Amino acid sequence: MSTKTPSRLEKILASGNLAVTSECGPPRGSNGDTITKKAEMIKDYVDAINITDNQTSVTRLCSLAACIRLKLMGLEPILQMVTRDRNRIALQSDILGAASFDIFNILCLSGDHQSFGDNPQGQNVFDLDSMHLIQTVRYMREEGKFLGGDDIDRPPRMFVGAAVNPFADPFEIRVPRLAKKVAAGVEFIQTQCIYNLDKFELWMKQARDRGLHEKVYILAGVTPLKSAGMAKYMKNRVPGMDVPDEVVERMSGVPKEKQPEEGIKICVESIQRLKEVEGVRGFHIMAIEWEEKVPEIVEQSGLFPRPKVE
Amino acid sequence: MIVAERKPIEEIMGFAKNCKKILMVGCNECVTVCYAGGRKEVAILASALKMAFKKDGKGLEVTEVTLERQCDHEYLEEIRNIVDEHDAIVSLACGVGVQFMAEKYLTTPVFPGVNTRFMGVTEESGVWSERCQGCGECILGQTAGICPISRCAKRLLNGPCGGSTNGKCEINKDLDCAWQLIIDRLKALDRLDDYEEIIPIKDWSTERAGGPRKVVREDLKQ
Amino acid sequence: MRLSYPDSIRIIRLPCTGKIDVIHIMEAFEKGADGVYVAGCLEGECHFIKGNLRARKRVEYTKKLLDDIGVGGERLEMYNIAASDGPRFAAVAREMHGKITALGPSPIKKSL
Repeated sequence: MSTKTPSRLEKILASGNLAVTSECGPPRGSNGDTITKKAEMIKDYVDAINITDNQTSVTRLCSLAACIRLKLMGLEPILQMVTRDRNRIALQSDILGAASFDIFNILCLSGDHQSFGDNPQGQNVFDLDSMHLIQTVRYMREEGKFLGGDDIDRPPRMFVGAAVNPFADPFEIRVPRLAKKVAAGVEFIQTQCIYNLDKFELWMKQARDRGLHEKVYILAGVTPLKSAGMAKYMKNRVPGMDVPDEVVERMSGVPKEKQPEEGIKICVESIQRLKEVEGVRGFHIMAIEWEEKVPEIVEQSGLFPRPKVE
Repeated sequence: MIVAERKPIEEIMGFAKNCKKILMVGCNECVTVCYAGGRKEVAILASALKMAFKKDGKGLEVTEVTLERQCDHEYLEEIRNIVDEHDAIVSLACGVGVQFMAEKYLTTPVFPGVNTRFMGVTEESGVWSERCQGCGECILGQTAGICPISRCAKRLLNGPCGGSTNGKCEINKDLDCAWQLIIDRLKALDRLDDYEEIIPIKDWSTERAGGPRKVVREDLKQ
Repeated sequence: MRLSYPDSIRIIRLPCTGKIDVIHIMEAFEKGADGVYVAGCLEGECHFIKGNLRARKRVEYTKKLLDDIGVGGERLEMYNIAASDGPRFAAVAREMHGKITALGPSPIKKSL
């Protein structure tokens, strides 16, 4: 596939290499070093770094400012943008702000409901949904226009991504929903954390049956489990998460001090198996507050060193 | 209908605290059907207020009236000659009625007796739920007759989000996922293919965002 | 059986406790009752199927209302007593009489 943006992530994917992305959550404060330190830990092991946008609706340092910090370090940020907090004026404005710093990747999301966060009394916006945000960025890029129809001076050149959750309900529309995002103009996908590999493979097969794997780059999402407690929490408490019993049992089956190691092992094994799945074009490693483990996961999975691109 | 709930007694007592005689006005429409502000609720609230005052050694006289509607001039006019005898009006109508009352009777304070919640249905006796947010541009024709604006916590026009679990919304296990309902109904109508049509970016100018709204019918106007 | 019960109690007969409404109870307090109890049939034995269950819910609602206005929800109770159970009827009457005597006169009555 030929590239349409200056995004390094897009180049790596287009060259046929398996891409590796990871993510950093900005701090709950104005200390910018927190984000640069996290990025330092993983920078040589990933092709691009997502910066979350007030994830789980908890107020944090903004994604755009954190992305600029990465950019100034010479790294490749993926700007996560949720439609929960801003209307179409603010969204387009922030896209231009990011474009002015040559941020070349964006991940379009609707965002968790604010009732999960630190301001459950707040308004939500949802002027657009994630599907519309994909359309908006593509429109700004391709047409060089604002949604209002006016021309943009130096339009954004962003590689447009979105998230999909192959495990949420109802399962029967999970592939149609991917098709819908592809029709909206999405170019890469990062999936929800995969623990149920059988179900993921079934989803991927259905996506292949419709040829979707040739229209969009799919990065399989993985999250190493730190403990049996975390496995249970993810299974029971996180909406739309599918953690099979055997994963929980495997984590519970080793002594507490060995559980982090077991979690990494499961993660690496998952990557090895997912590498064989046709249509998986890379990995998105979400090591939640455990960024220091990303290098070891990447190395053990045989994804190191990362390819160099122009 | 418009669904409302009685305000906490304490709040209403606060409104009435300096009054000796109040006019308590119920409404025979929506708030009667949802047991918030009909004749019966007026009687109960009046009794409660009188007792609360009596307990503190104060007297309170309450005139109870329930009008056919409070959102039309003709019914609100029915109380014109008694309003002045009262220190304040407590209206148990929805916010519409309370305001129309205040617009009409300029020199008497008007207080709300209910919190107006939403436009909805009686799911079963004692249970009401929201169905419409009056966005001014109905999309039910594209969403199999189920409104994602009023029934999806994120108002997603192209849902469901990743939080839909076993047909329920991520914010509350008792809340149906609107998009699950839409998909189920599309299936029942044998129209599941329609799911893949992207509902375009919405023009919200007909909604609250566009400022206070007005409908004018020239053929009916005096 | 000729069982005696406290003469402070005034009985208001209803065809079924399902007939009782919040406003009836409120008016009793407004007129100076120190306490009110609703005596319904045993649960599951209502001739009208759910009358006594409905009464209990209304009593619960009214208790809250009485708390809100400072009269005290504890002055209102719901009991289920079989129609043939005279001794229990008398026992409940004594229990309620004792409870209200301990609580003293209603704050409404005091200021009447």
